[in-house]
Amino acid sequence: MPEIKVTPLGAGQDVGRSCILVSIGGKNIMLDCGMHMGYNDDRRFPDFSYITQNGRLTDFLDCVIISHFHLDHCGALPYMSEMVGYDGPIYMTHPTKAICPILLEDFRKITVDKKGETNFFTSQMIKDCMKKVIPLNLHQTVQVDDELEIKAYYAGHVLGAAMVHIKVGSESVVYTGDYNMTPDRHLGAAWIDKCRPDILISESTYATTIRDSKRCRERDFLKKVHESIERGGKVLIPVFALGRAQELCILLETFWERMNLKAPIYFSTGLTEKANHYYKLFITWTNQKIRKTFVQRNMFEFKHIKAFDRSYADNPGPMVVFATPGMLHAGQSLQIFKKWAGNEKNMVIMPGYCVQGTIGHKILNGQRKLEMEGRATLDVKLQVEYMSFSAHADAKGIMQLIRMAEPRNMLLVHGEAVKMEFLKGKIEQEFSIDCYMPANGETTTVTTNPSVPVDISLNLLKREMALGGPLPDPKKPRTMHGTLIMKENSLKLVSSEQALKELGLNEHQLRFTCHVQLQDPHSDADTLHRIYTHLKSVLKGYTIQHLPDGTVIVESIVIKVSSSTEDSNTKVLLLSWSYQDEDLGSFLSSLLKKGLPSGIC
Amino acid sequence: MAAHLKKRVYEEFSKVVQIPHEETPAKKLRLSKPSKSAALHIDLCKATNSTDALQYLLQFARKPVEAESVEGVVRILLEHYYKETDNSVRLKIASLLGLLSKTQGFSPDCIVDDAINTLSNEKSHQVLAQLLDTLLVIGTQLPESPALRLRLVEVAYKHLSDTYFGVRNKCLQLLGCLGMVDAPVGKENEGPGTSLGGLRDVQSIISDYFGDQDPRVRTAALKAMVGKPCNPPCTACRLLTDDYEQVRSAAVQMVWVLSQLYPESIVPIPSSNEEIRLVDDAFGKISHMVSDGSWMVRVQAAKTLGSMLQVSPHFLEQTLDKKLMSDLRRKRTAHERAKELFASGEFSSGRKWADDAPKEKLDTNTVNLIASGACGAFVHGLEDEMFEVRIAAVEALCHLARSSPSFAEKCLDFLVDMFNDEIEEVRLQSIHVLREISTHITLREDQLDTVLAVLEDSSRDIREALHELLCYTNVSTKECIQLALLELLKNLNKYPTDRNSVWKCLKFLGSRHPTLVLPLVPELLSTHPYFDTPEPDMDDPAYIAVLVLVFNAAKSCPTMPALFSDHTFRHYAYLRDSLSHLVPPLRLPGRKQVYGLDSVDSGPGSGSVESAQLFLQQSLNRVSTIQNLEASGAQDLLDLTIRDLQRLGELQTELAGAADFCATYLRCQLLLMKALQEKLWNMAVPLCLKQNVTATAAAQQILEETYKLEFLYSGLESRQVATIHHVRLQAKALQLVLTARTRQGLDLLIGSCERFLQDVESFQRLFLTELPHLQDSFVDKLLELMPRLSSCKPVELVKILQTTLRQSGLLQLRLPEQIHRATATIIEPTGESDNPLRFTSGLVVALDIDATLEHVQDPQNTVKVQVLYPDGQSHVIHPKPGDFRKPGPHRHRLITQVYLSHTAWTEPSQIEVRLLLAYSSSSTSLTSPSKLGWSESLESLPAAEAAVEGTIPFSKAVKVFIMPKPARR
Repeated sequence: MPEIKVTPLGAGQDVGRSCILVSIGGKNIMLDCGMHMGYNDDRRFPDFSYITQNGRLTDFLDCVIISHFHLDHCGALPYMSEMVGYDGPIYMTHPTKAICPILLEDFRKITVDKKGETNFFTSQMIKDCMKKVIPLNLHQTVQVDDELEIKAYYAGHVLGAAMVHIKVGSESVVYTGDYNMTPDRHLGAAWIDKCRPDILISESTYATTIRDSKRCRERDFLKKVHESIERGGKVLIPVFALGRAQELCILLETFWERMNLKAPIYFSTGLTEKANHYYKLFITWTNQKIRKTFVQRNMFEFKHIKAFDRSYADNPGPMVVFATPGMLHAGQSLQIFKKWAGNEKNMVIMPGYCVQGTIGHKILNGQRKLEMEGRATLDVKLQVEYMSFSAHADAKGIMQLIRMAEPRNMLLVHGEAVKMEFLKGKIEQEFSIDCYMPANGETTTVTTNPSVPVDISLNLLKREMALGGPLPDPKKPRTMHGTLIMKENSLKLVSSEQALKELGLNEHQLRFTCHVQLQDPHSDADTLHRIYTHLKSVLKGYTIQHLPDGTVIVESIVIKVSSSTEDSNTKVLLLSWSYQDEDLGSFLSSLLKKGLPSGIC
Repeated sequence: MAAHLKKRVYEEFSKVVQIPHEETPAKKLRLSKPSKSAALHIDLCKATNSTDALQYLLQFARKPVEAESVEGVVRILLEHYYKETDNSVRLKIASLLGLLSKTQGFSPDCIVDDAINTLSNEKSHQVLAQLLDTLLVIGTQLPESPALRLRLVEVAYKHLSDTYFGVRNKCLQLLGCLGMVDAPVGKENEGPGTSLGGLRDVQSIISDYFGDQDPRVRTAALKAMVGKPCNPPCTACRLLTDDYEQVRSAAVQMVWVLSQLYPESIVPIPSSNEEIRLVDDAFGKISHMVSDGSWMVRVQAAKTLGSMLQVSPHFLEQTLDKKLMSDLRRKRTAHERAKELFASGEFSSGRKWADDAPKEKLDTNTVNLIASGACGAFVHGLEDEMFEVRIAAVEALCHLARSSPSFAEKCLDFLVDMFNDEIEEVRLQSIHVLREISTHITLREDQLDTVLAVLEDSSRDIREALHELLCYTNVSTKECIQLALLELLKNLNKYPTDRNSVWKCLKFLGSRHPTLVLPLVPELLSTHPYFDTPEPDMDDPAYIAVLVLVFNAAKSCPTMPALFSDHTFRHYAYLRDSLSHLVPPLRLPGRKQVYGLDSVDSGPGSGSVESAQLFLQQSLNRVSTIQNLEASGAQDLLDLTIRDLQRLGELQTELAGAADFCATYLRCQLLLMKALQEKLWNMAVPLCLKQNVTATAAAQQILEETYKLEFLYSGLESRQVATIHHVRLQAKALQLVLTARTRQGLDLLIGSCERFLQDVESFQRLFLTELPHLQDSFVDKLLELMPRLSSCKPVELVKILQTTLRQSGLLQLRLPEQIHRATATIIEPTGESDNPLRFTSGLVVALDIDATLEHVQDPQNTVKVQVLYPDGQSHVIHPKPGDFRKPGPHRHRLITQVYLSHTAWTEPSQIEVRLLLAYSSSSTSLTSPSKLGWSESLESLPAAEAAVEGTIPFSKAVKVFIMPKPARR
């Protein structure tokens, strides 16, 4: 039986460093090639030596597919392609291809320039790597080679995030990447058709969460910002550069527009500006509202949001500032925070999760006195708010996607093992399909039951149609006679005559003969005649002939009579039939064995 | 440029030449029976190849065919059909047969046999499908013949096994339309239907095709099944999970139909031994479809949910159910948290991180991730990606909430959440919905807070919808009132144009919650127990707003005036006079002598309406005695009554329409009477030219007034319309008589006499049922004389008319129940601005117009904007249908832009803008032009006889200062 093998190199019962190997129909595919944020050593990247100990990966991989531009999904790409060595095709969507190099470059800068690491990929490597990328469009079927085809579906999550449907012959796998089943202010919801893949590989970040309506969260957020602005306070929103930042920008921008507010909103410059540019371009990847209104006005051309300059932080009056990084551990956001922390009118809104040890984490836990470097302390008087905006599917969303795609097997990645366990149980219970959750390096094997396509000759089909009922009934299988020819990797069902002709074979006749003893006092000719009349009465609708040479022929069955040598009363009947008339022949023999009824003359 | 212009000129010139050229073929319209079919026959014979034939057929299809010639045409077509070898031509012929059998007055049963015969010989599947379609048309045309239906059903059954999906589709349609199985039909089948081996009942045949391999056939099967009463089939439910969206959509419809037919039948729940009502089961199944993959299905499912009102409350409440969890711990929703916070007396803390931290641990077995039944359907629908789905969900919520107060209470939070949607349409819709269900609910303080936040929205529609909502809202505490007032004042400050709307809103808020306002009064009016406070500025809109709130509350709270300070009373007097629609009459102690007149005059409450009604009726009765009076006395009486009625209309807004209507009618009568009593009638013809002018003017005016009467008022019954037409007829008679007296042209006179007689006839035709009420009237007398009139000479006719006119008395006017005058008020431009609108001459400037229309029917087609320039030029602009909004019943709002342009002026000057109500007498005439045949071409339509079109100005003109500057070179 054919098998599909899935091996996560990263993201198996874990979040970060997504990298999943899939072998399907003799093809090897790598899904995502990410890095782990938590490590600074070799564990940062997936262990490519699993694929091959030495040498390049090109011979072992047919293609690499990147689902979206987050570094935990594409961070290791230049390392893999340039340093380990891979020259095959890399697929990603257009927005991902555009934004991915910006993030990689930023990542490289921080690692090499700031932390001073060596033996890291260079700018040139990023460029070389991006040259190998082939862009994908939504719902476009791309033929990687003759057998392997891939198709992208919309996944929400971030701009350009895609789910991929990978198909070899009749076997298929869907990889979701990260996705979001509820639409937000700038992205739509993930959607997939009923493609019934053999395996659905899904992320499970929020496997044990069912979220509240986003509207309440949004309203809370807006209300807090609005109140603070009305009081004349300043609002600081530390964000990571891409994804949620744009979401919040759109949210505030539309709110400002709706409520006719005048207070300025600033966005700290840097790579976000470049990224915003791409957001403007890829309108087709956004949600309904932005897509519909961009003709009048592109929503990403912000009217109220302006670039931030360091000096603005001291300006009087209310303002809102988006600044990086998101956890207040360094950079601009921290500088602004220090300036504003002393005034209770001001506010800081943490839109994401904060790692322990960062200032963000401390203030969220209610610490009001912070120790800064140089023994200075900082009194935190401003209000601290927490607002979670996450673009992953929750448990219900995952279930909804399973319902949409109707997979035969389920495989969970990109989540914590405990949470996966719960979801796995639920999936098995609700859909009664198998669900797997391999750890990193562990291989899951799924046997498939592929359908084998067979060409049938039209003549044969028509002939069979003419014999049977008027319509093929999908509910009832039907048997038909034909010859299966396997030739050059293809299967054909043809009529036997045509098969003989095609293969240049002679037809062999196969006849069955049998003797039946019969007690009958009449002469041979009479007996034969009696048999003839008997059969005539029994078999109506068949052609029965009595030939002058002393045989009775029923269809292709020949019946002859001869007297036994010992006893003239015992007649020996010779029956002979071809194998096509097997049914009739065996019926006749059993009929004649019972003897002739007496009433026949 | 010049060359270009020249070219343009030539182009237009050549167009002018073409027009008579085009008209010539229209003349050869000779519709005699043989020619039609013969022409077709000749055409078809001429056709050498199939494309030609197709062309002829297409041409033929554009023209209508009379009922009597249809049969001939059908024969010709069939003849060609048999001969024709090309599929497409046969297809066209088949479709033509279908079209022809729809011709009114033609009974298609004669072609059934032929159609069925052709069916059996046809090889092409497309043509077969078309023929079946034709049969379907024939079948629907002849619903009364069971034998035919049986035959058609038989035919359909025979072709059901076709391999082409289109044929199967049509067969199923046929079965669906015609195979209505009443029980006896099934038995009749056995007689003629032996060939079928006993026709199985139609439902089971159709339901066999639920499993067809083609999704289109499955859809057709489901649609055919809809509308057939049948037992609940699980097969339809199975199709809810079909791969194709059209099938799923049809299945949703099917399930809905079933649930409406047998809401109470009991169905078992699979995999358990419980049983539930069918409507509940269906509700659950359709709820499930709200999270379907296709948004079309989602929209349909959401809409459908709204119409399932019989569902049990338990299921209904499930639709809003959501259980949150975080990391396997139970979490409370924001709604629940808000409620708890409110209950604990703390208001909106939410400052802490992890304030929403999950509390108790959940048992993994109890968590239900897949929504079973109706669970969370609306939670899904309201968060959907497509706004169409969200709107459908909001509307469905509205329908369900209106029929179930407890559900209304529950869905409140969700609707309030929708105020924050990104699409304005959705926000607006949810505000409207909340208004509609507001009778069932009382807003909590935190909810009100969220609602009020929307008041700052920059969209005027949203704000006004919200004001409207607040008018109908019940709130629970005095803090709520204070909050609302505060936010409204903020709104007023930010958007001063909302003044009227805010005041109105406060008026209702006050009169709804007098007891809640009472404790706030000292604070609101900033009075102090010991000190006199400064008198606030009377012109401050905010202060007026507060006063409106207080006065309206005081109306049903007699203790409140005691809290007023002196200047408040003065302000009351002022406001009562200037803003009488916002400030109610109050019974103020000790001040009765001052305000007594006012409050007694219009009286409190509904009693006054009744007395006014009585007064109105009495006035009308009094007028009816007019015949017995002397001419001058009668005129005086009419004058007096008209004045009374006008005043009454001003005082009693409820009766304004009726009073106005009567006054206008009486004015017509007065004019008529005056015209008839002129001395000119006694004078010799040549001498009376001068006097004639006034009488002619009167006749003209009466005519205009009758159009106003007919089209400006809504709620008229046909009796009133008849009365109006009667007056119009009188006016026309008067005109005729006058023409006869002035001009000597006999031809002209004959023409107008004929026209008049036609008018009389059409009057008779239109108001046949009303004639008994018109006894002893002008028309009655005329109709008696009709035979004589139509034969006599014009001069004689005029004489008769003259005498009849003078003899006929006043027709008693009977008032209908509800009668309203269409009115329009232009809110913007206000006409107060002294700054001229400057623009370059030759270019356009857009002028914003904002107007409210009351009691206008179909404003999209009737309301126009007229712009009058100082040089007498007038432009009539037809606003787009999208510019009209409907904020309430009988109320429309026009927000549009008109484009002005003019050549340069030296001085700024004023233009006038007013609204017009367009009418056309043919639109209301009871004989609407019936559709001609199957072709919708209008060329053969006779010009509507005497369709009078015109416009009535129905708003005050507003002056706008504009200044077109000469273009700078």
